[in-house]
Amino acid sequence: MSQEVLLVSLRREGQAPDPASHLSEPRWVRLALIGVALVFLALFLLLPLAVVFGTAFDKGFFYYLDSVRDPDTLSAVRLTLVTAFFSVLLNTLLGLAAAWAITRFRFPGKNFLTTLIDLPFTVSPVISGLVFVLLFGLQGLMGHWLKDHNIQIIFAPLGIILATIFVTFPFVARELIPLMQEQGSDEEEAGMVLGASGWQIFLKITLPNIRWGLLYGIILCNARAMGEFGAVSVVSGHIRGLTNTLPLHVEILYNSYNFTAAFAAASLLAFLALVTLAAKTLVEARVEAERRESEQSLIEEGVHEH
Amino acid sequence: MSIEVRNLSKTFNKFQAVKDVSLKLETGSLTALLGPSGSGKSTLLRMIAGLEVPDRGEIHLTGREATFVSAKERNVGFVFQHYALFKHMNLFENIAFGLRVRKTPEAEIRERVFDLLSLIQLSGYEKRYPSQLSGGQRQRVAVARALAPRPEVLLLDEPFGALDAKVREELREWLLKLHEQSRVTTLFVTHDQHEALEVASRILIMNQGKIEQDGTPIQIFDEPATHFIAQFVGETNFIDTEVAEPGLAVWGPFRFAIARGFKVGQKIRIYFRPNDVYVTGEFETLQVKAKIVQTRFKGTVIEYKLDIGEDKVVSAQLPKGVALASGFKEGQEVYAAITAFHVFPL
Repeated sequence: MSQEVLLVSLRREGQAPDPASHLSEPRWVRLALIGVALVFLALFLLLPLAVVFGTAFDKGFFYYLDSVRDPDTLSAVRLTLVTAFFSVLLNTLLGLAAAWAITRFRFPGKNFLTTLIDLPFTVSPVISGLVFVLLFGLQGLMGHWLKDHNIQIIFAPLGIILATIFVTFPFVARELIPLMQEQGSDEEEAGMVLGASGWQIFLKITLPNIRWGLLYGIILCNARAMGEFGAVSVVSGHIRGLTNTLPLHVEILYNSYNFTAAFAAASLLAFLALVTLAAKTLVEARVEAERRESEQSLIEEGVHEH
Repeated sequence: MSIEVRNLSKTFNKFQAVKDVSLKLETGSLTALLGPSGSGKSTLLRMIAGLEVPDRGEIHLTGREATFVSAKERNVGFVFQHYALFKHMNLFENIAFGLRVRKTPEAEIRERVFDLLSLIQLSGYEKRYPSQLSGGQRQRVAVARALAPRPEVLLLDEPFGALDAKVREELREWLLKLHEQSRVTTLFVTHDQHEALEVASRILIMNQGKIEQDGTPIQIFDEPATHFIAQFVGETNFIDTEVAEPGLAVWGPFRFAIARGFKVGQKIRIYFRPNDVYVTGEFETLQVKAKIVQTRFKGTVIEYKLDIGEDKVVSAQLPKGVALASGFKEGQEVYAAITAFHVFPL
């Protein structure tokens, strides 16, 4: 975006005075604003990223490879992937169900439920983690029952997965609710009258209409599930090779002055972030195109409600 | 009897949308359900389709009780105001949808879809997507999609409500022709009286959740059953007065011969249409003096606002040719008579 603006302003140089120039700011203001934005971007985003990769490769490529191949690091990667997999899977299903219920049915307490969906975003992740400790910890509400049945949740992968699911729940639902509200239920009703079953309606009508929005929600959910620190830190117990996710592992390495290894692990997370960013940009463009299309058709119809 | 509804009621959050409605529609008929916004007409239609569940009452479709049968089992065709075409499917798949979910053989699907495409004059468009069509074309596709599984009844909810005037008119005629060919029992909801009067052979008028009149377009227009219908259908004037003596009401210099059933002294409202006000420049018989305060050009007719005394202004309409030949002007004194009217007790 800023690049485009820059290009446009550069191209205009040396040309006849722009007839629309009085509609815009003076050029020095525009250049100053763009400059400030670029400097900020470089200082706060590009520089840290460069530092991460720079420090990671500080002691050469093979040291980096060894750090990454360290059994504890690999186990942290594995736990992070498993956690992200279950969080994304469950939150996709739960998010679809919640969005469906909220946009397609009338029931008492609907507004309350809509507000409740945002709760994991408004609560500090540390509190979210503590809630699970209070529920499932040894001293917690269900602690005795769990101990009697030999189920460990806190300080175990299960607790990490549960806490991550809680923290990342809103992503899919929040992406879908406005989308499904905007689309209305006309198409699904049409499908029903035409004789389709609920499952056929979902697969052939609902899902194709929300696929890009759904994918966008999944990408965001996945990014957060892999990067979550606060809630996971509370329930994890930081057992190396067992209950450490990648972010927790980075912290442990850093705190034990093993900077190169810490940044090597961090570079994996940063790499995941870059992939997510690319995927997000691609999907976002599709979502935007779809939305513009449906808006366009609404404009053409000159829709007015009765 | 294709559609029979008995004592149907529906309430949304304390708002009673449909109140104890009963109706019967003959097989093969084309009926309009006319009413203002919020009169319950769409709710009634959606209950017949199975998209809303009634609180009380029964629905019978082609002789079978269907009150609690799900929409997918009812075999009705439904057309939505905003088309509700499947936007990610091309026209072929849109029209084929109802056949595919019924596991119709592929060859049969192709034949039926291509037949319907030619019926809606969109042959060759099967690969297009809904977003590539105009509003009128989309609504024709929606009708074809609804007809594809050969429904026993076709229900249309404000089918032309989102289209501009010219396209509406074309589609009205198209719908009439389509009905003559297919003979599917059709019920369509509209708030546009011209649409109802022009297309339907029978009109049900709904107001505040009830059917107020059930009749042919001529009956609805010429013999309104209630105050509401007298005001809602067509343009109208009214004056309030009392019954002067059995069979006679008087307002200013006007005298109205009314039914003898009204009691002397009873307050009544007399409705009359602008084209039932007979205006001449010279006194003929039984006319009263009036003054033209305003003239308005309305296409095929010219409307005069007539001051008939006592601060009452009514409108009168004359065919353009007659009006121009008489040369009436604003401020001119004329003579007026009310040739047809309807009386309702207040």
